[in-house]
Amino acid sequence: MLLSVENLSVSYGRIKALHGVSFQVDEGEIVCIIGANGAGKSTTLRAISRLIPAESGSQMTYMGHDLLAYPADKVVSQLGISHVPEGRRLFDNLTVMENLKLACFARSDGRQIERDMERVFSIFSRLEERKSQKAGTLSGGEQQMLAMGRALMSARKVMLLDEPSMGLAPLLMKDVFSALKEINQEGTTILLVEQNARMALQFAQRGYVLESGNLVLEGASANLLANPEVKKAYLGG
Amino acid sequence: MTFLLQNLINALQWGSFYALIALGYSMVYGVLMLFNFAHGDVFMVGAYIGFFVSSGLLAVAALGFVALPTGVMLALILVLTLIIAMFLNTFVGMAVERIGYRPLRAAPRASAAITGLMIGIILETGNLALFGAQRRSFPTLIETATFQFAGVSVTNKKIMIVLVSLLLMLALHIFVRRTKWGMAMRAMAFDYVVVPLMGVPINLIALLTFGLGSALAAAAGILYGVAYPVLDPYMGILFGWKAFVAAILGGRGSVLGAGLAGFLLGFIEIFVAAIFPSTMRDLIAFSIILLILTVRPHGFFGEPYSARLRL
Ligand SMILES: Nc1ncnc2c1ncn2[C@@H]1O[C@H](COP(=O)(O)OP(=O)(O)OP(=O)(O)O)[C@@H](O)[C@H]1O
Ligand SMILES: [Mg+2]
Repeated sequence: MLLSVENLSVSYGRIKALHGVSFQVDEGEIVCIIGANGAGKSTTLRAISRLIPAESGSQMTYMGHDLLAYPADKVVSQLGISHVPEGRRLFDNLTVMENLKLACFARSDGRQIERDMERVFSIFSRLEERKSQKAGTLSGGEQQMLAMGRALMSARKVMLLDEPSMGLAPLLMKDVFSALKEINQEGTTILLVEQNARMALQFAQRGYVLESGNLVLEGASANLLANPEVKKAYLGG
Repeated sequence: MTFLLQNLINALQWGSFYALIALGYSMVYGVLMLFNFAHGDVFMVGAYIGFFVSSGLLAVAALGFVALPTGVMLALILVLTLIIAMFLNTFVGMAVERIGYRPLRAAPRASAAITGLMIGIILETGNLALFGAQRRSFPTLIETATFQFAGVSVTNKKIMIVLVSLLLMLALHIFVRRTKWGMAMRAMAFDYVVVPLMGVPINLIALLTFGLGSALAAAAGILYGVAYPVLDPYMGILFGWKAFVAAILGGRGSVLGAGLAGFLLGFIEIFVAAIFPSTMRDLIAFSIILLILTVRPHGFFGEPYSARLRL
């Protein structure tokens, strides 16, 4: 098992967002967490990235390391877990190239950086054309590509993706997910959270259903897609 | 015409001090969204460090181990003083960040501002307690030489001060634009919260930002000491406030703006003082600035702020 989350609880001030969530991700898998607005999907990813503190009693283990002992930047640079945050959060004031380079901040393997950069440009060729353009001037689809490219440059053992389909036209969405499939086949484990449950379950091998801070269902994607409750609540009947 | 040129040159020197200090305010605001109200006192500490370092170096030189012409020796001491004091003051700035501000990162901004004021008072009174109330006179590191052309007189000090200031600002500009550290600073200015996701240790960038600003403040302190060789523990207060005004005038967070506005403030003050009685200098100068800010509330280069503070 690559990543194991046990009894994860998170609060924002007095609001409790996660009530003891447990799940696992195996090496090489694509796993999704689906749920409605405010279910706690983004919160789960932020807790893994250590952007927000987990409450005592929570346990997260990654390849035998206690994740809670790492600060956010080390989760990326030492453990190899990258995170594409909700809403992309690009640095609009930096160019495309600078955004990608910044993601290599803690890396010193120059050769490999070059190879990774080439790979990113071969997956997302639009980015290469727009290398010296400010990130803020990219189209929504291009921004999503840059957000994923940035994550790939920062770390590629595990990729946490927060709603990659948000705001994308269906055609572009297909492009993005096929790029992700490629990335996964090259060895990157993917944990994805989505409101677009159908898309997510078609893409992932396994899924979890999150409801107001609790995991209520889990299983192989095919089973979840066929599950009447899931159908009713998340797939439009 | 000579009047204009003469005051222009004076203003360039006077503005250099403001510009160098304003850069520190502006960088810290840009990167960490806080006004470091202790910065004026960090400038004062820098000037004092410069005083002690140069006095020490002069004492060593007086032992006569190295035989150099006096002018060369003094110039060497000035350069060494700048380098050593800038380096040492970096740690003063970093200590201010680490002790004063880091524990308050998540606190309301007002608490951080008050902390800055308190650190300032601690630095002033700490200096007073350690070194006493007497003023220090900054040692002479340049024998003044005056050049005349077209009726305008320029001293070698003024030329040196303006050149060193411009050089330091250029160096900072290149650092912020061209290095990965500078890139991280710019990224933090835009979206503080997700920068760690790039593998960037933000505490280090915060220290770096404070360190850089403090190094520039030390340079300002030494150059100030060269031009006006009287130091006292409270010298940073009014000066710091004025440089802060320049930082706001330049546009919060804008390095280029802070530099330019520092010079502009110098110009306004010098020209006001050249025309009106000197007791009215600050009154008129700051009324002008107030007017500018009413017209341009974001300053010259202040982008409408887009930094996100939440996840
Ligand atoms: N920064 C924050 N401060 C306070 N409360 C927050 C914050 N972020 C999220 N919450 C609350 O925590 C709960 C879970 O939010 P979260 O963002 O994890 O939901 P989500 O499943 O990602 O929703 P969405 O699909 O809308 O993105 C919600 O009730 C939300 O209001
Ligand atoms: Mg979300």
